[in-house]
Amino acid sequence: MSPDLLKLIFGRLGFDSLPLHEPIVVGTFAVVALGGAALLGGLTYFRLWGYLWREWFTTVDHKRIGIMYMILGIVMLLRGFADALMMRGQQMLAFGGSEGYLNAHHYDQVFTAHGVIMIFFVAMPLVTGLMNYVVPLQIGARDVSFPFLNNFSFWMTVGGAVLVMASLFIGEFARTGWLAYPPLSNIGYSPDVGVDYYIWALQVAGVGTTLSGINLICTIVKLRCPGMTMMKMPVFTWTSLCTNVLIVASFPVLTVVLALLSLDRYVGTNFFTNDFGGSPMMYVNLIWIWGHPEVYILVLPAFGIFSEVTSTFSGKRLFGYTSMVYATVVITILSYLVWLHHFFTMGSGASVNSFFGITTMIISIPTGAKMFNWLFTMYRGRIRYELPMMWTIAFMLTFVIGGMTGVLLAVPPADFVLHNSLFLIAHFHNVIIGGVVFGAFAGINYWFPKAFGFKLDPFWGKMSFWFWVTGFYLAFMPLYVLGLMGVTRRLRVFDDPSLQIWFVIAAIGALFIFIGILSMLMQFAVSLLKREQLKDVTGDPWNARTLEWATSSPPPDYNFAFTPVVHDNDAWWDMKRRGYQRPLTGFKPIHMPSSTGTGIILAGLATAMGFGLIWYMWWLAAVSFIGILAVGIGHTFNYHRDFDIPAEDVIRTEDARTKLLAGAK
Amino acid sequence: MSRLKILALLPLAAALSGCDYVVLAPAGDIAAQQCDLVIISTVLMLLIVVPVMALTVLFAWRYRQSNTSARYEPEWDHSTALELVIWSAPLLIIVCLGALTWMGTHLLDPYRTLGRIHADRAVDQSKAPLEVDVVALDWKWLFIYPDYGIATVNDLAAPVDRPINFRITASSVMNSFYIPALAGQIYAMPGMETKLHAVVNHTGTYKGFSANYSGAGFSGMHFNFQGLDDKGFDAWVAQAKSAGGSLGRAEYLQLEKPSQNEPVRRYGTVDADLYRLILNMCVETGKMCQSEMMAIDAKGGNGHEGLNNTLPLTYDKYARRGAPLGPEPVFVAGTCTPDAPQGQTTASIKAPTDLAPLLGAGLKRPSFAPLKSSSFFLGLRPKSDS
Repeated sequence: MSPDLLKLIFGRLGFDSLPLHEPIVVGTFAVVALGGAALLGGLTYFRLWGYLWREWFTTVDHKRIGIMYMILGIVMLLRGFADALMMRGQQMLAFGGSEGYLNAHHYDQVFTAHGVIMIFFVAMPLVTGLMNYVVPLQIGARDVSFPFLNNFSFWMTVGGAVLVMASLFIGEFARTGWLAYPPLSNIGYSPDVGVDYYIWALQVAGVGTTLSGINLICTIVKLRCPGMTMMKMPVFTWTSLCTNVLIVASFPVLTVVLALLSLDRYVGTNFFTNDFGGSPMMYVNLIWIWGHPEVYILVLPAFGIFSEVTSTFSGKRLFGYTSMVYATVVITILSYLVWLHHFFTMGSGASVNSFFGITTMIISIPTGAKMFNWLFTMYRGRIRYELPMMWTIAFMLTFVIGGMTGVLLAVPPADFVLHNSLFLIAHFHNVIIGGVVFGAFAGINYWFPKAFGFKLDPFWGKMSFWFWVTGFYLAFMPLYVLGLMGVTRRLRVFDDPSLQIWFVIAAIGALFIFIGILSMLMQFAVSLLKREQLKDVTGDPWNARTLEWATSSPPPDYNFAFTPVVHDNDAWWDMKRRGYQRPLTGFKPIHMPSSTGTGIILAGLATAMGFGLIWYMWWLAAVSFIGILAVGIGHTFNYHRDFDIPAEDVIRTEDARTKLLAGAK
Repeated sequence: MSRLKILALLPLAAALSGCDYVVLAPAGDIAAQQCDLVIISTVLMLLIVVPVMALTVLFAWRYRQSNTSARYEPEWDHSTALELVIWSAPLLIIVCLGALTWMGTHLLDPYRTLGRIHADRAVDQSKAPLEVDVVALDWKWLFIYPDYGIATVNDLAAPVDRPINFRITASSVMNSFYIPALAGQIYAMPGMETKLHAVVNHTGTYKGFSANYSGAGFSGMHFNFQGLDDKGFDAWVAQAKSAGGSLGRAEYLQLEKPSQNEPVRRYGTVDADLYRLILNMCVETGKMCQSEMMAIDAKGGNGHEGLNNTLPLTYDKYARRGAPLGPEPVFVAGTCTPDAPQGQTTASIKAPTDLAPLLGAGLKRPSFAPLKSSSFFLGLRPKSDS
């Protein structure tokens, strides 16, 4: 075939785009291909495709979508953590003239991918998954406001993840750091596909995130059950509301800034170039106007989880509910007024720097108030040390350290000496692992019995807990130390041999965390095997306080046979105290949304369009785009959007539960 | 020294002794003051962090389920007095820290001319400050000493106790100029200038590097910074002078090309205009300097004709490609004269320093004009003013 025709069909994709010269990547590919083939073969052999398609891929049930988000987050955690291990290995070895085992081309992709994956495809899916699963149950709703949109949002997030994973084997990922600052990320200095993968992965996933934010806001505002006024909402629902407000207000900024960058890269505009009046500083400002709220998007739901867990396991009402809510709202607003603290060193004047430094410190006041509220919830309680509570205590002790170093970095002159150093790396891992990750694990251990009807195995859970916590301290305390020695981030090789010991300790810490992750996978496997022993039939294994525990575990498709009525902010606790009796008769048919495959098809087309744009296969991009429009319009003619669960089915489900409950007593 | 006393208070210090904590024990007065702020802020915050951690452990232990002798009040969820304490205690700390921040940020503004060279010594007015022009290249550092007419690559020296005024720019991508022992860092950005004022108090050799990832050769982008006594510095200058070699525009364009792990180089003479040309992105012949563009725009611009004043980009920084769907890359051509038919390079034309917004010819300026001294408007500070 003529080269022109090849170029028309494949764009800039060719055999030389495959990283065949990178043995590590080839090895990874072999493992992934074998594992993937085994998985696909297994699914085919056990004839599971139809089941998966009908019951999971096309589902609009918020509970199943929530579970799929969690699976996505955990799978991507393995990839993101593999990157982390590679970095720790490289930095541990590259001393005394050694180049380590990664060349710059590979290493620079690894740290970029690590950041992107951990934030967008681990932390975000875990947080969104928990919100998706729990919020409708907590507010006594049957589903989210827009169930189809929810399915579509999930598959768009998957689409973004698929593009990032594809970059590992087809072409390369960005070598710019996780925020892709221009001019480095502009076409002149990054002419390859890496930054395009970055842009389109985030754009595709970003659509999903924004839509899911809109969906959850509507759900919380409109679908609360009778009696649940705003100030009677569970704290997790409150933090979810604030998080989704942040998502809806900040993700469009990310979308726009990436769109401007792609215009620079594709059609030669000059928004962020050095010449022709472009300003890279504008990109840095815009991306952090998204980026700082993003931090709170992740951590606010974690705060909500800790509030629920502390109150449940202390057997006590949450101390200072009102101040907790106001603290959350204040953090939400303030998170928009601090973005410049990420680049005090860009040369803004002292007054600008002080303003942003001080607004940053002010955020620590409501955050501190929250910390005290948890503390006084424990005070005069009866604390049961189940896994969720253990994660919460670990969070409280760890997060205050991260908070302290964060406020320290908000003092501009201190930031001038610590900016971009490993001290900064230690700080944000301290708050993201200590806050978001510990929160997600607390949430997983807490709500798992709700989702599956059996508790998670405590032995492997405790293994995971101790390895994670010690691993965290071993891995990141040395980085604080290195930061004070003036060691900067993203270095690939080092001269000073006295630093090596600290990197060795950090690498050992990373190995501990690795064992922690393996223990967690083990915990899932063992719990699945021991599910009969760990079974909970009451639907309320922790003697908890909020509405999601009022229904069965796992909840029926319709969540609640009758919409509950709420009189107190610990609604379920209040119901139990007042001797609530489950209604046993009078069931009616329940109106529910139908499954649809449109979401996965649209997201698949969007991913293909992204792939086409990345590789300059213009025909693929155009065809996919037209496909998106056609399928989208076609979906508006789909009138089979809802159905009624017949009363007999409801009666059967509820009777089964009545029997189970009777057996449990 | 009081600073050392505070240091001794830190449990950190005990655990960490024996290593080179350059951030906590710097050799320059600015970095020393920044270090003081790090320590004072940490101590201030520990006032609240330590009690919180202690209370966490205490409550976690005391109110465990098995301890039935502890009081249990499941309905107790509010106390106005406690709420006041938990909001006001952090507030008080932040008020103190905020005041400290406001003062510290202004006093240690990297753009501020030094007021002292050491805690107990004022600036010696008889000595002129040392001017150093810094250019971050891919992936090495160029230092130009305009007063001495010399330039070095990856080698920086300064006499002790003499204020240093750095003017900093970059050739292609963002870097950050950082010598931990001397003073905090500041970004080096192409087409823009940032400033740093600092002084070194002790002789010695310290590390300097880029603290902002800038591409493949980033790890090797470091240099030694020497604090020398006056005699030693004179010898260092003489060494550079005797090294011969001259750095003109042609040599710079060679030097600018990406290269990694560059050894030290010295140039005995340097084109006096070079730094301004780099800053205005017009070292290449025939390219119009940014300062001239700004001067033209300030007067209303070249109108429609100005749009055509471009030439195709022939010089290629590295693998420079245009956007797939966009026009070929171009640059703005300098004004041509009979002497310079290829276009004149006019870095000597100064960019307008009037900060009033540009509205184009024929439009009236609004009566409001921002304070000239104010730095409140983002992005104005680092712009070229040469």
